[in-house]
Amino acid sequence: MRSRLALRAVALGYLAVLLILPIGLIFFRTFEDGLGPVWDALTNPDTIHALWLTILITLIAVPANTVFGIAAALMLVRQRFPGRSVLNAVIDLPFALSPVVVGLALILVYGRTGWLGGWLNANGIQVIFALPGMVLATIFVSLPFVVREVVPVLREIGTEQDEAAWTLGASPFATFWRVTLPAIRWGITYGVVLTTARALGEFGAVSVVSGKLAGRTETLTLRVENEFQRFDLVGAYTASVVLAVLALLVVLAMNVFRKETDGDRGAARQQAVR
Amino acid sequence: MAIAVRRVSKRFGDFVALDSVSLAIASGSLTALLGPSGSGKSTLLRVIAGLETPDTGDVAISGDDATGLPPQKRGVGFVFQHYAAFKHMTVRDNVAFGLKIRKRPKDEIRSRVDELLGLVQLDGLAERYPSQLSGGQRQRMALARALAVEPRVLLLDEPFGALDARVRKELRTWLRRLHEEVHVTTVLVTHDQEEAMEVADRVVVMNHGRIEQTGKPRDLYEHPANEFVMSFVGPVNRFGESYVRPHDLELRLESNGSTEQATIERVVHLGFEVRVELVLLDGRRALAQVTRDEAEQLDLDEGQIVFVRPNRTTVFSEAATP
Amino acid sequence: MPLAAVAWRSTEGGADGFWRAISSPAAVSSLKLTFVCSLIVVAINAVTGTLIAWVLVRDSFRGKAIVNSLIDLPFALPTIVAGLTLLALYGPKGPIGINVAYTRAAIVLALLFVTLPFVVRSVQPVLLELDRDMEEAAASLGAGGLSIFRRIVLPNLMPAILSGVALAFARSIGEFGSVILISGNIPFQTEVASVHIFSQIESDDVTGAAAVSVLLLVISFVSLLAIDTFRRWGSKHEK
Repeated sequence: MRSRLALRAVALGYLAVLLILPIGLIFFRTFEDGLGPVWDALTNPDTIHALWLTILITLIAVPANTVFGIAAALMLVRQRFPGRSVLNAVIDLPFALSPVVVGLALILVYGRTGWLGGWLNANGIQVIFALPGMVLATIFVSLPFVVREVVPVLREIGTEQDEAAWTLGASPFATFWRVTLPAIRWGITYGVVLTTARALGEFGAVSVVSGKLAGRTETLTLRVENEFQRFDLVGAYTASVVLAVLALLVVLAMNVFRKETDGDRGAARQQAVR
Repeated sequence: MAIAVRRVSKRFGDFVALDSVSLAIASGSLTALLGPSGSGKSTLLRVIAGLETPDTGDVAISGDDATGLPPQKRGVGFVFQHYAAFKHMTVRDNVAFGLKIRKRPKDEIRSRVDELLGLVQLDGLAERYPSQLSGGQRQRMALARALAVEPRVLLLDEPFGALDARVRKELRTWLRRLHEEVHVTTVLVTHDQEEAMEVADRVVVMNHGRIEQTGKPRDLYEHPANEFVMSFVGPVNRFGESYVRPHDLELRLESNGSTEQATIERVVHLGFEVRVELVLLDGRRALAQVTRDEAEQLDLDEGQIVFVRPNRTTVFSEAATP
Repeated sequence: MPLAAVAWRSTEGGADGFWRAISSPAAVSSLKLTFVCSLIVVAINAVTGTLIAWVLVRDSFRGKAIVNSLIDLPFALPTIVAGLTLLALYGPKGPIGINVAYTRAAIVLALLFVTLPFVVRSVQPVLLELDRDMEEAAASLGAGGLSIFRRIVLPNLMPAILSGVALAFARSIGEFGSVILISGNIPFQTEVASVHIFSQIESDDVTGAAAVSVLLLVISFVSLLAIDTFRRWGSKHEK
């Protein structure tokens, strides 16, 4: 009993020192001088622009990755094709890859001297140091989440429900829409939440391809760094708090949806066992 | 013929699941495909349903060639071992699924679903979700769902395989009665010989992707075509070239020339039936089945010496036993 | 395709140029620093992650659900915010008088923060499904608490711990956002590999940046392979 209490104390102490105190402090520091400076920082046009830009990028990247993620998961689980294991490995790469490397890779392809740079330039399309590059970077780093959440659910439910729908006369499209999609809905939702978190908070990759022009290509995360470098601590803290609140919402959502996915999978497992 | 399968073969990689199988199933019959796992029985059922495409051969349903048809267009009802319940739909929506796909009017769907739920004894559970049902209830729901679209044939893939022994027995009797009521041509896949013999009016015994024998349950038991069928449809003793059912092995207390001596190793009382495990002089083992009265009369006990005589033996010619 | 471009570009200066770029003193020192810090972080994580997972699964106390959700916070929190947060507490103006800013300890601290969820989330489900029977059987055979843990629980958790560790390692090697504010990025002292690549890009030495990137890419890939191996190993005992 005593050793259990000791273990608990060590674990909680570690979390407090590493996690809870620093995050608590940043909230405290932000509001230390009252709401006035915070409000000023929040209503600064550059902050508002950064917030909108972040949301815009997220709104493009998340649906793109959701559609891709469902398609890729279906392919990985239900189809045998050459290069399947390669695709499987490549999809995970953004998990393990430094965001800076992702940014660099995009520059090398879409930058002025990159593979497609000449053609893009000739057609007046700017990717690097502009919105398209930032969207691409975000899509790249948040690519695996939907796939990785949907794949295990798809494995678990198998193909029996789909086959049952076919024998009942449902076309492949109707089967996907009315049977497959509802069965994996919580897996998708959980994946979307993770993708959103990553897209909102991406810094490294976006930082490399953005050019960081305040009021133009500055996202909220980039603004945190820029304000800090300009010694505008309240500005940096305020942007941080906005992001931290979003992160807390994401964690909350994760909790809700994780229970749902577990429920789905648990039921499937139980059924298989009986 | 409700179903005609002609020279169908199917391989999975190196594994031959079906080896030029031909089979005809009469309208309104209840046929069991019986065999050990890997015998090809489930694959055959899935080929009939269109869930598996045969490498060669063809399938006709109600006289129309169905070989190239997708499962949607075959008019079959299919019931899966693990129910394949649509977990996100209520029982009512599960049963109504096929009718909704066919865009039937709402009133019609409603009354049809109610009627089917009554038939499978699930009235009152219409608004539940599959997770709130027992295994047996789920399987009855799956059956109602398959019957809703009025299939030309009903295909059941080990429908009771995932249920416990007692529920399984109940559902067997219930299925038999349901078939008498609905009279739709039904094919049932099972590895349980008792289930096949009890439910079906025709049994198809399969092994290694081939059909070993087709016949009425009693014919299979009395006149098995080969050693595999003989031993698969019931317990059997082997005496040299001949095979004897345990209940055809007579036990006596004295020798009479045509008997063999044996020692009783164990006596198992199973109510009406008593199972006697024997060791012959040369060390071979044999099993005898006697009634309770006979066992009492002979006063059988472990360690006792008895003399056995096969009453009825079966010998297979070389040609029949590959 | 973008990744192929990196590999392509890194070889633009020939094998020689590639070698020069990754063997430049700044590159070597940044890679070494990154590697050493990641190893330290991963070692600490293996212990604390398992411990936290254990407490979250086997212990019960008020507020456990909240603590459980907080584990995901480093994942959801943007890395730059994480860095700023740590700097506020453990930096020059911190309220507790501990200042690790611009030191290597700061790098370790930042990496510990961002990699916190990996081992915990990898071990937790395995621990949840771990049969209590096994431990009870061991206890009935006379094993004490510690030897039960060492001989029964730990071997069963090992694949999960290692796959969490490999994930954390991959993440540490490539970490950028959380480190950039707190480490000071002093070349030869606190400049990690990602920051090194970043400054190479800023100073237009794209080929040099690509060369170091390829190295990180290879490490990422190897980590992924390791994770896959550990997962397979972990599922071997099931069924």
